[in-house]
Amino acid sequence: MSIRNQACIAGIYEHPTRNAADISLAALHGDVIAGALADAGLDKGDVDGFFCDSDAPGLGALSMLDYLGMRVRHVEASESGGATYLSQVAHAAEAIAAGKMKVAVISMAGRPRADAAAGGVAPRPFPPSTPDLQFELPYGAELVNEYALAAMRHMYEYGTTAEQLAWVKVAASHHAQHNPLAMLPKVVTVEDVLGSPMIADPLHRMDCCIVSDGGGAIVVVSPDVAASLKQPVVKVLGHGEAVKHQNGGQIDLTFSAAAYSGADAFAEAGVTPSDIDYASIYDSFTITVITQLEDLGFCAKGDGGRFVADGGLISGVGRLPVNTDGGGLCNNHPGYRGGMTKIIEAVRQLRGQAAPQVQVKNCRLALAQAMGGSLGTRHAAATLILERH
Amino acid sequence: MTEPLGKRIPAAPEPTVETVEYWQAADAHKLMIGRCHGCGEAYFYPRSRCPRCLSADTGLEQAEGSGTVYSYSIMRRAKIPYAIAYVTLAEGPTMMTNIVDCAIDHISIGMPVSLVFVESDGGSPVPVFKPAGEFAG
Repeated sequence: MSIRNQACIAGIYEHPTRNAADISLAALHGDVIAGALADAGLDKGDVDGFFCDSDAPGLGALSMLDYLGMRVRHVEASESGGATYLSQVAHAAEAIAAGKMKVAVISMAGRPRADAAAGGVAPRPFPPSTPDLQFELPYGAELVNEYALAAMRHMYEYGTTAEQLAWVKVAASHHAQHNPLAMLPKVVTVEDVLGSPMIADPLHRMDCCIVSDGGGAIVVVSPDVAASLKQPVVKVLGHGEAVKHQNGGQIDLTFSAAAYSGADAFAEAGVTPSDIDYASIYDSFTITVITQLEDLGFCAKGDGGRFVADGGLISGVGRLPVNTDGGGLCNNHPGYRGGMTKIIEAVRQLRGQAAPQVQVKNCRLALAQAMGGSLGTRHAAATLILERH
Repeated sequence: MTEPLGKRIPAAPEPTVETVEYWQAADAHKLMIGRCHGCGEAYFYPRSRCPRCLSADTGLEQAEGSGTVYSYSIMRRAKIPYAIAYVTLAEGPTMMTNIVDCAIDHISIGMPVSLVFVESDGGSPVPVFKPAGEFAG
């Protein structure tokens, strides 16, 4: 059985805050869930499925359902980092197709800035049973220098340049100027990116995403529920999810798990990369975008740098409009997890509700792509292909 | 920049019951890799089941200690800049490590390196690599 046309995204909400010093983690979830339900035109009592990640407060979904006073018959608290929510859309579609529920809420929130301000720099906790980190943390491995390992190898193999990496940030900033909620709305140039401090060669500060508080939620419904709702319907056409890792030491940093998740998603949707009108591509770092564009088949492996250069990702200008909300590089990257906002902007584009300056004309097919974990060690990837009805 | 990399003290590794033997070998300045007696796979990091065939008939084997740099990055956002790297061992597997005893701009992908151990912050010493062959000194 395929999930193609088995479910629709009927509600979206991106929290407007980027600094939640005065909002608890549970309250952020409450805000985004209420916002997404209102957007869909549904009530709490309509919800019979609940999805969250392991950062949600308390024990899985139990504490959140208690907090919300919500009774559901399908519960999933799953974890693939920033890619979690794209997978959960597909899992919700599977459960809807199986008759297990009709209206699912998928919620994410985080407040790393507020947490750091309250308690100093708070490293993300990993349980001591984690098998791999004892072979990595002694060497000073962090997300940024792990992604840098992938970027350095990409440059070595394919001749990708720092200027090409910078173009990803430049495009994001061109879009962010039209988003009044964007954390970094100022347009930047390639020279600005190359002139920003080097963090971990070859990644400059402006090659790195922002850290923000906030979150988002989406409502996934059955086609019969969707038919009765006010918002334009966005159909789930295809999905793929995969994990790529060190493979026992047979390491190849030149590609991501998007190579697997993308192939599955395109096959299920029955479309090809050239059919896609808009793409949300996870942008934890500039190299993340280039690698995934190649892996998804928008260009050949190794051609990602040339694909993004000279405004290749700028809406109305380039080859493929990408991250028209400003992405994680300029707009919002709540809780170190960028997948939720990737889905939300793709839905805005399909509804014709993106900022007018970046709205893709006659946007019919959109792709959302996210990663969780580290391109340099182990990560999950998930791909969603969505269609305007 | 020909400045040398500074002396960074690695954080103490935190072994599990599965990896005590690996870190005891490190105490004796030996680098061990995993070897599957079922399918013959050499692998890193060491673990009790082979990540290729899932056999539990596995053991540790001492690596000769030479390799080449697969990729690297200089972490500048640190009091003492340091080089993280993946080194592909002569036995086949690639492992995460640091490059030491080297000028920052002398590190390159493909550079031959050899094993040394550095003391960690209160735990076992950790295996790192320095330039070898014509790149040494």
